[in-house]
Parts: sequence; structure tokens; C-alpha cells
Amino acid sequence: MLSVSKINFERYFAPVFQPVSFTLEAGGLLLVTGANGCGKTTLIRVLAGILHPTSGEFSSRTGSMAYVGHHLGIKDDLSVVENLRFMRDFLGTSNRSSEEVMKEVGLTRVSEQLARTLSAGQRKRCALARLLLSNTQLWLLDEPYSNLDQEGVELVDKMLLKHLEAGGACVLATHGAHRPNWQQTENYELISGVAA
Amino acid sequence: MTIEASIDAGGAASTGIEAGAGSMNKAFFALLRRDLLLAFRRRTELLFPVIFLLVVISLFPLGIGPSPQLLARIAPGVIWIAALLATVISLDGLFRSDFEDGTLEQFVLSGHPLTLIALAKIVAHWLVAGLPLVLLSPLLAIWMNLPLDSLGVMIVTLALGTPILSLIGSIGVGLTISLKRGGQLLSLLVFPLYVPILIIATAAVMAASDGLPYTAFLGLLVAGLITSLTLAPFAAAAALKISLS
Repeated sequence: MLSVSKINFERYFAPVFQPVSFTLEAGGLLLVTGANGCGKTTLIRVLAGILHPTSGEFSSRTGSMAYVGHHLGIKDDLSVVENLRFMRDFLGTSNRSSEEVMKEVGLTRVSEQLARTLSAGQRKRCALARLLLSNTQLWLLDEPYSNLDQEGVELVDKMLLKHLEAGGACVLATHGAHRPNWQQTENYELISGVAA
Repeated sequence: MTIEASIDAGGAASTGIEAGAGSMNKAFFALLRRDLLLAFRRRTELLFPVIFLLVVISLFPLGIGPSPQLLARIAPGVIWIAALLATVISLDGLFRSDFEDGTLEQFVLSGHPLTLIALAKIVAHWLVAGLPLVLLSPLLAIWMNLPLDSLGVMIVTLALGTPILSLIGSIGVGLTISLKRGGQLLSLLVFPLYVPILIIATAAVMAASDGLPYTAFLGLLVAGLITSLTLAPFAAAAALKISLS
């Protein structure tokens, strides 16, 4: 699904992390762990194609991927349902209705509220709903558990396991103690490029 | 980096392209509708350039005296310069909120061409910031005592010229978006590029009020519109990609 060989990213001529190589097969989950500032977010953004690696290369067999990062990509001046409806129409790949997805992530009660009035956890759920609307095989999740309550953490795990069971793959960056329970999990400890 | 597209069983390729065009169309209109809805939600931002334009124009008779001949003489230049300023004020909002809240990253990842996304946003910007200027121009022309027979030409130059302003401006916005106070740099970047539009448009209106032929100027504006419509979205998309990385 995704194969990465020796990619590196330099910021101001200093490598952010040490060269990264791995392969990810369908149904595989790659957990990227490491201390704060070791480059987890940078790696995910390189894989997403937002940043270009300084050296090394990677190839992905799926054309598009879904990404949830620190900037959630939700419009504050639109309501939850308007946000989801836009994502659905814009991506144009899902045959699920925005109401159905909203129910799954537990936002039905606040569907008509403007996104700016939501709590951080509810905003995260709204961003996670995009994964359900995107119909892509590769998910890139950057700290998906942050800001979520226990029920929200379980929701992410449930969504993730369903996605992996259906033959999807996921790269998940986390610094926290919580790890999803999945048999094809590989752990990648990212080492900061500065410490070396 | 290589991305190999997964190709399904034979025969799927052509339908894939058609489906691709259909979904691009859908994405274009979804984005256009969203931007118009957002503009409507932030009505104060929507009204600000228009009010700015009205205030600037109304200051001229106060500042240089209400002599009808003098006002009529400077009317085309004044209205057009005010339209330039009002456009530059509104430009900064073109991509900024999408850049700051991460929506732009999602656009890049969506698989839709960034050029199409830039075009949808430019069209929305013109509908929100450029079209009101065109619609207000008869009122402005009366304030500035512009002869009625050149009013039509004034409206046509604004209708042809303001989309060019939005299109060229989008390149500057794309380049300055990652800077904290990009708005100030933006005006320095785009004003020189606006100079030809200003010269051609005001020359057309002045020629019309002097009873001279003006169609050549309008032709130049049409050429400018076509050129910028076909090239600017590509340049804006490239600028956005640079700003994101």
C-alpha cells in the first residue's frame, strides 16, 4: 500500500528526523511514536504530500489519502451539518449521507450549531467524520486521540478497526499511552535528527 | 515521489475520466457555494470593501471642490483607483482562512487539482467583492458627475476589469499567505501588476466621454481577462503549493 525508503526532511539544513524506511501493507497499522519535537507531524505531512522530502522516496498505490492533523480543516462559520455536507459534496466519493456519519461520530445533537461554538473534542469528532466520508484506503492520523473523552477514544478505535478490517491501512502518530488493539500493528520509533 | 494510480479492470479507464470530470464539477460548485455561504455569514467583511469604496469616492468632491467639469474629468481615474484599493483590501481574505484552519491542506489531499480549487475561490471572491463594485458604479458615476454617455463604458470596463483584478491578485495572495502580515506586502506586489488595467480602463472611459473610439481599449481588456483567466489559476495554485511547504 505504502512503501517508504530512506526519506528525510530538512528544515534550515538540519534533518528533522533520521531517515525513515518502512512498508505498509493493506490491513496494516503503523504507529509512529516518539518524544515531542521528534518530527511525527512532519513525517505525516511528508507522507500526505504537503511537504516534499529532502531525500529518499516513497510510493503509494492509492491515489488519494485522508488526513486528520492538528489543523482540523473545519470552517468556524458553518454549522456541523454544513461542514459535513460540504466535505461530502467536495470529496464526491462517499455514498453515505452526512446525517448518517454525524450520528456515527455522535454530533447529531449539535448538528445545527456553528462549528465555532463546539468544544475541542466535538471539533475533533467533526474532523474525524471526514474519514468516514472520504472512502480512501490510506489514513494518516496525527494525534487522533487528543482532546477526546473516553467515549471519543473508543470511537476512533472502532472506526480504525473497521477501516483496517476492510483492507485499509493507517499511519497513526501518537505520543500518548493509548494504543489501538490490532494484530497487524507495527511500531516505528521516530528518532529526532538533531540529537544524533 | 511516485504515485501509481490503481487501474481497475479493462474499460474502466474512460468511465473513470468521465466520473473524474463530473466529480471535479461537483467539487467546484460545492466550494463555490460554501464560499458564498461563508461570505454571507461574515457580512461585515462582505460590506467593508463596498463601504470603503463609497467613502473614498465621496471624499473627492469634498477635497477638491464640487466643480462639475473638474469632477467629470477625473471621474474615471478616481472610480478605478478606488476600485483597485477596495479589491486589494478584500484580497487578503481570499485564501487566508482556509490556510489558517487547515482546509487548504485538505484541498491538496483531496485529489482534485489545486488549479480548479483556486479558480472556484477566485470566482467566489469576484462575486462577493468585484460584482458589488460593478453594480454600484452608476451611483458613483452620478456622484462624480460622469457624463451619462460614458457611463455604459465605465460599467463595461469595471465588469471586464474587476475579474482581472481578482485573478492577478490571487497569485499575490498565494505567495504571501504564509507570512503573518502578508497583506502589506501583497499591496506592493499586486499594484504594479494592476497598472496596465488601470491605464487601459480609464483611457476607454475618457475616450468615450470625449466622443472618441474606445472599442480597441475594451478589446485589450477582454484579451487581458482571457489571458488571466487561463493562466492566473495555475500560477495561484503553484504559489499556494510553495506557501504550504
